[in-house]
Amino acid sequence: MSDIDYRGIALNGLWKNNPATVQLLGLCPLLAVTGSVVNALGLGLATMAVLMLSNLAVSLIRGFVTPAVRLPAFVMIIAAVVTVVEMVMQAYTFELYEILGIFIPLIVTNCAILGRADAFAAKHPPLPAMLDGMMMGAGFLVVLLLLGALRELVGEGTLLANMHLLFGDAARGWQITLIDDYRGFLVAILPPGAFLGLGLIIAGKNIIDKHLKDAARRRQPGDAAASRRVRTTGKVA
Amino acid sequence: MNLISVTSPHTTGPSRTQRVMAQVLLATLPGLAVLCGLFGWGSLINVVWACAAALACEAAVLRLRGKPVGFHLADGSALVTAVLLALAIPPTAPWWLTLVGVGFAIIFAKQLYGGLGMNPFNPAMAGYVLLLISFPVDMTRWLPPFEAPDLATSLQLFLGRDHGIDALTGATPLDSLRTWAGDAAALAAQPALHGTFAGLGWEWVNLAFLAGGLWLLWRRVITWHIPAALLGALALCALPFWLHDSARFASPLFHLFSGAAMFGAFFIATDPVSAATSRTGRLIYAALIGVLIWVIRSFGGYPDAMAFAVLLLNLAAPTIDYYTQPRSYGHSKPKRGIGG
Repeated sequence: MSDIDYRGIALNGLWKNNPATVQLLGLCPLLAVTGSVVNALGLGLATMAVLMLSNLAVSLIRGFVTPAVRLPAFVMIIAAVVTVVEMVMQAYTFELYEILGIFIPLIVTNCAILGRADAFAAKHPPLPAMLDGMMMGAGFLVVLLLLGALRELVGEGTLLANMHLLFGDAARGWQITLIDDYRGFLVAILPPGAFLGLGLIIAGKNIIDKHLKDAARRRQPGDAAASRRVRTTGKVA
Repeated sequence: MNLISVTSPHTTGPSRTQRVMAQVLLATLPGLAVLCGLFGWGSLINVVWACAAALACEAAVLRLRGKPVGFHLADGSALVTAVLLALAIPPTAPWWLTLVGVGFAIIFAKQLYGGLGMNPFNPAMAGYVLLLISFPVDMTRWLPPFEAPDLATSLQLFLGRDHGIDALTGATPLDSLRTWAGDAAALAAQPALHGTFAGLGWEWVNLAFLAGGLWLLWRRVITWHIPAALLGALALCALPFWLHDSARFASPLFHLFSGAAMFGAFFIATDPVSAATSRTGRLIYAALIGVLIWVIRSFGGYPDAMAFAVLLLNLAAPTIDYYTQPRSYGHSKPKRGIGG
């Protein structure tokens, strides 16, 4: 494994195999906590940290765990990492910890994490495994942030409200009020808004993909119609 | 002898969809007239504005989807959605409220699912529920009946200029019931609850929609199954509870002629796309809507429940259809079990 394609790993996590918009994994926290940017950022960072650490640990023990017991071992590792992250959040960002509530321990059940552990970290050395965790986490974080921003903007007319929950008192003035005297479009904050928003984001990504593919085909007229579908289910590569 | 061989159908006429939609639109006229008589010009302004917005949204999405715009606009389904939604919105609604509701109904609830015939949910009710949960204050601001504001005031309200609106508004019969249920003396003192035979003003609205609905039945645009089962279930649920405790529960007559009961039974639940298809299926579908309406009106958080009940049963319609598939000639009835 000398020639690891680091660029490919990054591209895979951020765009081509994005856990939220392509694999559609971890939707429960994604839909539940993206009512505002600060909630999304908090959970996104926590998930990213868990992904990196669990991928690293899984990669380190990959030579010692037999395939038969690998899943329980992975789950134990992930659960331990999540507990650590939860305690850190409880210590340093207590208010946010209270707001996110059950969804922090529920990171354990985020399929994206177990999926990466089994599909990538268990087969690769520590450094690429950690990078993969970081990039998958970043891909997840970006979608969380996008959805959080979209819902906060449409629902409340603000951006970056309550950022002091995460960054301390210095961040109290970060709130941007885009529309003064906004009525508030409640549905965006309510659960249906999460589904509508995620649907729009996935649709947007598919449109961009289609344009990129068409552009690539126009540049290489010889390479005709190799149709590829965006995969939403099936084996995670 | 040369005979021209043409396959059937041999008669031509305007598209069936177009005719059905036109008849539905005609049938809403009595209801619209009564709403205008009781609450002023607001409903008419809403209807006109909603129709314009619906046609614009529909045309825009059809263009995006690369469909023939004129052909699909001419079927009138967008107009029906717009009119039904506009009739459900309070006459005090500002322009943007109607626009948001109609836009969501046409773009999200109808076109994103594939257009007419493909939508699992009634578009008008999806738009209504979106507005109700997003803007509960604006969506519950009804005027007291028989005190219709003049055209100028209605236009000001439509343009969003706050015309001392809260001084104009009054509780609907269902609002009053929701607030004062359980207190016999307070109920007796609520003028909204004491019309000629049901809630004040709303009895006439419901009667007008009943008339329009019966005309639709006579024209065979709809069948009797859905309205009969819906209203029957609603009345049947209300009866024993009313007999048991009339201070807490309203009479069947009051339920049948309050809020959106007649409008929903004849115009909303009968939407052929989102309702169940078989006769048995339609009876079950509509009866469950009736039960849900009564349950939500009596115990739920909202005074009326037509939109929620219809959307919930839209969701159940495919399952109801699956279990009530009629036997086709020459075949035995399919066995349907859990997981079968």
